[in-house]
Amino acid sequence: MAAVFREEAGRLTGALVRVLGNFDLAEEVVQDSLVAALVKWPEQGIPDNPGAWLMTTARRRAIDLLRRDRRYSEKLALLERSQLPGDAPEADDRLRLIFTCCHPALAQEAQVALTLRAVAGFTTPEIAAAFLVSEATMAQRIVRAKRKIVVAHIPYRVPQGEDVAERLDAVLAVLYLMFNEGYLSRGASAGMRRDLAEDALWLGRLLDRLMPGQPEVLGLVALMQLNLARSAARFNEAGEIVLLADQDRSLWDRDSIKEGTRVLERAAVLHGPGPYQLQAAIAAVHAEARTWGDTDWSQIVLLYDALLRLGESPVVRLNRAVALSHLAGPEAALGEVNDLAMTLGEYHLLHSTRAELLDQLGEKEQARQARLRALELCQNPAERALLERRLGG
Amino acid sequence: MKYVLLFGGTMEGADQLPEGHREVAMADYEKSGQWFAKYTKAGKIVSGEELRGPSTATTVSRKNGKVSVTDGPFIESKEVIGGFAVIDVADLDEAIAMAREWPGTVEIRPTIDHSEDAGR
Repeated sequence: MAAVFREEAGRLTGALVRVLGNFDLAEEVVQDSLVAALVKWPEQGIPDNPGAWLMTTARRRAIDLLRRDRRYSEKLALLERSQLPGDAPEADDRLRLIFTCCHPALAQEAQVALTLRAVAGFTTPEIAAAFLVSEATMAQRIVRAKRKIVVAHIPYRVPQGEDVAERLDAVLAVLYLMFNEGYLSRGASAGMRRDLAEDALWLGRLLDRLMPGQPEVLGLVALMQLNLARSAARFNEAGEIVLLADQDRSLWDRDSIKEGTRVLERAAVLHGPGPYQLQAAIAAVHAEARTWGDTDWSQIVLLYDALLRLGESPVVRLNRAVALSHLAGPEAALGEVNDLAMTLGEYHLLHSTRAELLDQLGEKEQARQARLRALELCQNPAERALLERRLGG
Repeated sequence: MKYVLLFGGTMEGADQLPEGHREVAMADYEKSGQWFAKYTKAGKIVSGEELRGPSTATTVSRKNGKVSVTDGPFIESKEVIGGFAVIDVADLDEAIAMAREWPGTVEIRPTIDHSEDAGR
């Protein structure tokens, strides 16, 4: 059912926003139709044409709501006559929808929630569960954002001209945040019905279809695909994280790695380098190493250098230091990491990285202190479990 | 669609700024004048004013039915509103595009359209 929702919800919402000119109402009635489907379909089975079923339900609900207000009689007539998906399968308004949901005038957490709901057909409880907040909080966040779209007249439009690059960056940031939320918490939330990481990849591919030839869109798709290819090896049976060095590489999905690499190659020929392509290239170097010992660390350090040239980032420098430790030894890397302590003092991975390097240098007590500090700062359950194991051992 | 653009900062105290900073402030001030000229000509600006500084502000407030008049602004903030413009544009993106050209910080607030109320 999730797959059906994902295929249909964005199309429906997109078409209804176009017809009604009201984002809030359109989004709401589609959500209502998804909730209705959640009740009906398990009893009656998924209808032969689920898109048409959802459309009819959403349209009926919209007509109901509009009848209550005379001001909307014109819209009502439009709705009763109009061509909607199902009627016109080629109409795809999802690109406009994505750009509206990811408008920078909305708080980023609201951008993520709205994109999941309006484009990918998540229900509010599903989003709340994925982000570990209460349903009421999530509902309020969504209501507030939708209200802002309507009253502040955030346009329903694909940006043009010089705005495109900046607005596309915002969309990619939303997808990547979504992906990481799902990817990092996979072990902890295995019981969840929908997987944010898979949905983020799906959205990335959709974006590439709707807006072809954008190298960074391809870069992000490749990055997500290459990371997901390692999924099966990332958690052990107890749901605990297995670090890259210790992963059983025979569990990696080779087809998925090939596919990710192909996407990255498609991006490369467009000659528009960017951070997602570089990160995907780093993931590809890891994916291509047969064993941890075979990893081409000099290539990885070069790629991190290229990333730093695009923009100074302490987190990238931290990752580069880890790669450097394999080339130049833990002592050189520890110097780099210590230099970052001022800017990344509140970041748990700085302390856990320090701990690993101190361990390698035989500084067991200092390593323990660093790991305790990391544990204080870390929220993610799977990462916490890993730290606790390391402290115990 | 009407929006109010609230501009941060005033020229109050600009003459006491250190050398260098003063020139920057003057250049920005000139740019803001050009901005107003450009968008007035384009028909985007309904009205707008430059405000005197917060040291000239008077606040009239009401507490328990009693009105009091006091010196100073009622918004307790380090930021100061130095002026505003009422603009009439298609949507938020057009308002943002205008605000981007302003030489300083701008808060964009949509206004409430009361013309629809009358039809009810």
